[in-house]
Formats: sequence, C-alpha cells, structure tokens
Amino acid sequence: MPVTSAPVKQIHLAAHFPGVNNTTVWSDPRSASQIDFGSFVHLAETAERGRFDFFFLAEGLRLREMKGRIHDLDVAGRPESLTVLSALAAVTTRLGLAATVNSTFNEPFDVARRLATLDHLSGGRAAWNVVTSYDAFTGENFRRGGFLDEADRYTRAAEFLRTARELWDSWADGDVLADAAAGEFVRPGAGTFAHRGEHFDIAGRFTTPRGPQGHPVIIQAGDSHEGREFAAADADVIFSRHGTLEDGRAFYKDVKSRLAKYGRGPDELKILPAVTYVLGDTEEEAAERAHEIRRAQVSPQNAIAYLEGYWGRDLSAYDPDGPLPDVEPDLSEGVSKGRAQFRGDRGEVVRRWRALAAERGLSIRELVIEATGRQTFVGTPRTVADRIDEFVQTDAADGFVFVPHLTPGGLDDLVDRVVPLLQEKGVFRADYTGPTLRDHLGLGAPRPASARAREEASS
Amino acid sequence: MTRLHLSAALDGAGWHPAAWRDPAARPADLFSAGYWTGLAAEAERGLLDLITIEDSFALQSSRFGLPDDRTDQVRGRLDAVLIAARLAPATSRIGLVPTAGTTHNEPFHVAIGIASLDYASHGRAGWRPQVSGRAHEAAHFGRRTFPGIFEPAAFRTPEGRALIAELFGEAADAVEVVRRLWDSWEDDAEIRDAATGRFLDRDKLHYIDFEGPRFSVRGPSITPRPPQGQPLVTALAHDVVPYEFAAGGADVVYVTPHSRPDAVTIVAQVREAERTVGRTGEPLRIFADLLVFLDTEPGAAAARKARLDDLDGAALTSDAEIFAGTPGELADLLLDWRDAGLDGFRLRPGVLPSDLAAISRELVPVLQGRGAFRTAYESGTLRGHLGLPRPANRYAAAP
Repeated sequence: MPVTSAPVKQIHLAAHFPGVNNTTVWSDPRSASQIDFGSFVHLAETAERGRFDFFFLAEGLRLREMKGRIHDLDVAGRPESLTVLSALAAVTTRLGLAATVNSTFNEPFDVARRLATLDHLSGGRAAWNVVTSYDAFTGENFRRGGFLDEADRYTRAAEFLRTARELWDSWADGDVLADAAAGEFVRPGAGTFAHRGEHFDIAGRFTTPRGPQGHPVIIQAGDSHEGREFAAADADVIFSRHGTLEDGRAFYKDVKSRLAKYGRGPDELKILPAVTYVLGDTEEEAAERAHEIRRAQVSPQNAIAYLEGYWGRDLSAYDPDGPLPDVEPDLSEGVSKGRAQFRGDRGEVVRRWRALAAERGLSIRELVIEATGRQTFVGTPRTVADRIDEFVQTDAADGFVFVPHLTPGGLDDLVDRVVPLLQEKGVFRADYTGPTLRDHLGLGAPRPASARAREEASS
Repeated sequence: MTRLHLSAALDGAGWHPAAWRDPAARPADLFSAGYWTGLAAEAERGLLDLITIEDSFALQSSRFGLPDDRTDQVRGRLDAVLIAARLAPATSRIGLVPTAGTTHNEPFHVAIGIASLDYASHGRAGWRPQVSGRAHEAAHFGRRTFPGIFEPAAFRTPEGRALIAELFGEAADAVEVVRRLWDSWEDDAEIRDAATGRFLDRDKLHYIDFEGPRFSVRGPSITPRPPQGQPLVTALAHDVVPYEFAAGGADVVYVTPHSRPDAVTIVAQVREAERTVGRTGEPLRIFADLLVFLDTEPGAAAARKARLDDLDGAALTSDAEIFAGTPGELADLLLDWRDAGLDGFRLRPGVLPSDLAAISRELVPVLQGRGAFRTAYESGTLRGHLGLPRPANRYAAAP
C-alpha cells in the first residue's frame, strides 16, 4: 500500500445490462441473447466477481418506433426489471440489484411493496432508479394513458417517492414479533398509513414489513435543474451522462452544492456517470478496437435512422457513405418515439453537423460516428485504471456505471484486467465489507419520510 | 390408470390462522428467501406439478371483505411474482404459479412479469389472476371505490351480482390482454440480419389493440414471447361467473367441492361453463382444493388441528373442504373424488412446512404405490407436466 497523506476516495462501480439501445452491438459473433436468463446471470456473476456495488437494469415500456413503425435496427426485447432481479438474488449474494421503475405508469403502493419484497428476498440489496415519463405514446399500454403534463413529471415523481418512503416507514423494525408463546405475531397497527397529496390520496395498511435496508437505495437519472434538485433532495445515487472530465467536475460541483440545503452531507449522494470502455494491449490496439466498435454500433441503416431523428423526414434514399442530405430538416414534429428525445434546437444541430462534415469531409455514417457518444475510457488496462481513478480523485465522479457493448460478456475484461489494478491502488474494495447495498455505498440508515417532510417544510 | 396432478398452495405459515404457533412452524422466517426456497424444494422433492403462491394488496384478515385489528395471526406478505422469481433458479422442474390481481394491476406489467418468470424458470411459469372488490384494498390505490359488500353473503344480492360481474369482466379482459401480449412477438421475430442491419423482423411483431371499458392496451409487449409461448393461467372459482371466467381464459381451474357428489356437480357446471363461453381446444384441467392436516398416526392430525383451533379461539373455516387424517386416508379420498372427473388437486397445507413435507414424503409415495402419481418428472415445462402442448401463436400466419 502506498503511503498517502490524505485518504483516497473509494470508487463505486456498477454494471449496466446492455439491453436495448444502439450501444449494444448485436452483429458481433460473441453477442448472445439479450433475454435469456443465462445472459443476466453471466453479467451479474461477473459484476459480483468484480465486487461491484450494483447491477443495473434500464426500462422502456413501449418498443421504440421510427416513422410510425417499430424500430427494427437495434436490440429490443427485455424482461420486467424487478422480476429478473429477484431471480438474480438467487445466484448472487452481495451484489446490489437496481431496477428502473417508472413513477408515471405505476402506483406507490405496488412499487413500494415490490421493492420491499426484493429487499427482503435479496437480504438488503434492492435499489430503485426513479424515472418519470409523460408521453402518451408509452401511455397507450396503460390504464392511465398519457395523462401527465410535462410540468407535473417531477412533482408526481417527488410525491411518488415520498409516498413510497411513508409506506416503507409504516412498519418499524421489530414490528414482526412472531412470538408464539405470547400469541403475538405483529405489533398492533403495523403498516398503518395515510397519504393525502396532490397526486396520491391513499390510506390503509401496507402489506410488507420493513426490509433489511429500511428503504432501498434511490437512484435518479435526470439532468435538468429539476432532476438535479430532486436527486439532491431525495436520492442516494445520481446516474449522470457527464462522461468527460471537465463536464463531470462541473456537474459534480453543482449537484454536491445543492445537498446542504436539504441537510445532507456531500457523501450522502454518490455521482456515478454512465460510461463505456475499450481495452487493448497497447494504446493503438485499444483505439483501433474502439473505432471498430463505433462502426458496428452505427450501421449504415442506423446512421440514416439517426439523422432522420433530427431531420424529421424520411432520408432512406440517401447513401450512408455519401454526403449529408441537402434537404432542409422538417422541424414540425419528431419521427422517433419511445426514447429520450433531443429537445434542443434541431435546426441548429443540423447546421453544426453540416459545418463539421464539410470541414472534415465526413460521410453520413462518419458524421454520426463522430457526433454520437465516443467511448469514455480507451486504452490499456493500466491507463484505463489510472483514468478512472483520476476522475474520482479529482471530483468528476464518485464512480461509474459501466455500459458494456456486448451481451453478456462485455464486462469480463474490465473485471479481469482493470479491477485488480484499482484494488492494488487501494481505491476499490478487495471484498465486500457488509451485506447490504447501503453498506457498499457507505450510506447510513435512511432518514424517515417524516424527517424529510419537516426539513422540506422548514427549508 | 390415469395419473393425478398434484399441486400445493403456499401461504404464509400455512392455511390455519394459528399455524404460525405450531411447534413445526418457522414464523420468524416468513419474509426470508430461505423459507420459501425450503418450501419449494420440499414440493419439488414430491414431484408436484406446481406450487401456487397467494397474494393480496390487503393485509390478511379474519373477516373476508373487511380489515381487522388482530395481532395473533400472521399479518404481512411479500409480492408473489417476486417470490416465484426468487424460487426459479433455486428449483429445476416444478411449476411456479404466483397470484397477481386483475383489479388494481396493469395488465401490461403482469404480462411482462409472468413472461420474465417464464424466462427465469426456463418454461415453468404460471399465473393465478385474482379479483378484489374490497373497499379497503381499493383505498390503497385511491383510484376507484367499491361499495363495501365484497363478502360471500352479499354476492347474491343485485348489487353483489353487479360487482362480481364487473370484476370478472375486467379480469377476463386482463387475461385476454396478457395472452395477446405474450403472443405479440412471434417466436422468430428476432432475426439479427447483418445484411439489412435489422435486428427484428417488424412484421412478426404485433399491436394487440385491445380496447375495453377499463383499459386499452396497444402493445406489442416489450418482452419477447416466453419459452412456453403461453404460461399456464389458473383460476380459483366457486360459482358460475368465475367458472365461465376460467373457461374463457384459464388452463386450470381450482374448485372447492365438499364431497364426491359435490365434485360431480361442480365438474358438470365447469363443463357447462365451457360450452357457454364456446371454449375450443384443450379442456380446462379441473383441480379440487383441499385444506389438509396430515399425520401418519391415526387421530394425530385432527388433534393437531383442534389444538390450533383452540389457540385461534374458533374452529377453522374455509371455502375448501378441510381434511385431517393420515396420508393413506387422504390418498383414498383423492382417488375416490378423482372419479368424479377431477384431473388433480391443489392441497393447502394447514401448517408449513410440516404438512407440505407430509404431502411430498408420505402422501406422494402412497399415490405412487397405487400407480396414481408420477415417479419422476417427465417434462421440463409446466405446460408439459399437465400434458398441454406449446400453443401456436395467434398472430402467426398459418404455414
């Protein structure tokens, strides 16, 4: 162990199941099923072997569409998150299990009991990535339909989470007595709750005793002002997309500075950007692989489809290896549905791309490869380990959610070749020290919902 | 000899309200994974077709339609679909049939949950849809109200009949939506065609476009067609409306005869319900529910039940017939009732795990000795255990 004057920050790592998007390369011969349970087992076991904090599943409750038809170019088809995580609890012992569950198309009573159930069945390893949605497109699969104004998204999500916390608090530790001699199974009134709010007006008795963690770990992924504020007020982990050092530091500083007014310390919210990586035995080999992966991620058909999302029109007649379309974008409405939408000025983006393509002589496909996500960490295991550590020690992140490009073996080499180097540096655990995800993340006991309400009232 | 199908219904510490006070019970473990994996292993040891797992969005109560304040009985439960998922990798052959409601749940979530259970169990998933008209349960969701008459005595009043008709109509719609969603991906929809860059053949994905009074669902599912194609749908039914619900959407119906002649009558009613709804294809498999206390020593089971009745302060009552006796006596009863036209039984153990162990270790060998029960699993899927084929996809073009 190196002698250091200041304690180094410990890195937190999470594994994102590749699933459904064009990060996932399905054309690679090593790419296995995105739906067979064995693929989930492989990645979860890999993550646990690497002593990761948690395994993460995203969610999308309607298949994506382009131009009014089901998008057929990317991996699609995934399980219900909590169900597969509960099954994974049987094949792992320490790994945190994080489900993305939408607060728009669910009800607090059901979500709270399912998360409490996962927490019981996993021995305290449950986490919930709280996402919100307002789109009528996804709503067509649900009773409520597309009923929510965009402006209500965060108020509903915040009240949803507050309500869930009230439900988790409705049973105290020790309310299950199971005292056969005395004939007392449960404390009187256990589970009693009443919530009267703008979005939820519910009362009765919650069915599920308090889980080992009290409250599951709360993850939040929004990046807007409202999203950051929501996370600062009530989340344990923020899952961001700020993958560069400079962006990461600015985001980190901004979010951590918001915590004090909620009576929280900087360590109570972990900032974990989603990142990708590519390893090679040399820097050159890694860079070459990274380029190959980018080309596989952006197939000719995907390049056209991507541009169509910005142009707002059918570009199927254009050659992906030719120049950018000469037609002007139709800015009236989008053609892509069911994925996070670009909400800035599409016309401005198109102008910028034309300038970039002209300057560098890029084809459509080359432009899309250039313009869309680059791998975050590319290099030898040593340089990638050093870079990960630099991000964390210089406060651009508290760790990372790794998004592999292959199912299910996409984190094998990270765990085999990079994690040991981080462990050698003394910046990543050699083994788990506690049984629960809250332990892994260094989070204390959850504050009761009632204490949060008092702080909000006084702030 | 036609073989019986056998299943066990798991709920808390067992079906006697004082079961948790039996010396064999493990009341402190009811919310742990180990408790449930132990039960599932015991049932699988007995080669049972399936286990069901009870569930409800309301706490248990000694009153059918209303909450109570008792603290001397088990209160609290875990989500049944997630229990079943936790059991999937811990078992290898037994069917896993959680309860999930149709009154408050989103059919879309149920469809992907059960499909995911089918993936995690490699084709052993089932579902027991359940209605609830309890006013206090609806208040947990705050989206609809019920008039507070959800109890058997009220089911024959005009208001009670209307409520039952509404709840089962909605349940039938939910089952229809779930089944369409399971079929909304054809088995070969995933093509991974590098030449055209297409992962999916979108012509093999189908909008289900269900429209009903309570919900409309567009589809397709986000989960590909599960391994069994259609996981097993099972329903508990006590009267004509639920018989018709089962005949319209289920593969297995659990009924509650109290004698062999009663079983004859109920089987006839179920077959009549099948004709009423115009069921085609495989007939409903009919299982009779029995609440059982088993001990090899004559009289011991009845004495054990009596002790629990004393502890609870009342004699046990149930919608199902209550049996207390020896495994041999229960085998006699099962084989006698079977001749009324039953395909099998769902046994509700009075006390867990002991009455379940008596089923798998004592009742099953007796039945095997009489040639009435399998001596090894012969299929890898739940449908297979019941002799049901993997069904064709309703959306696939005929070959």
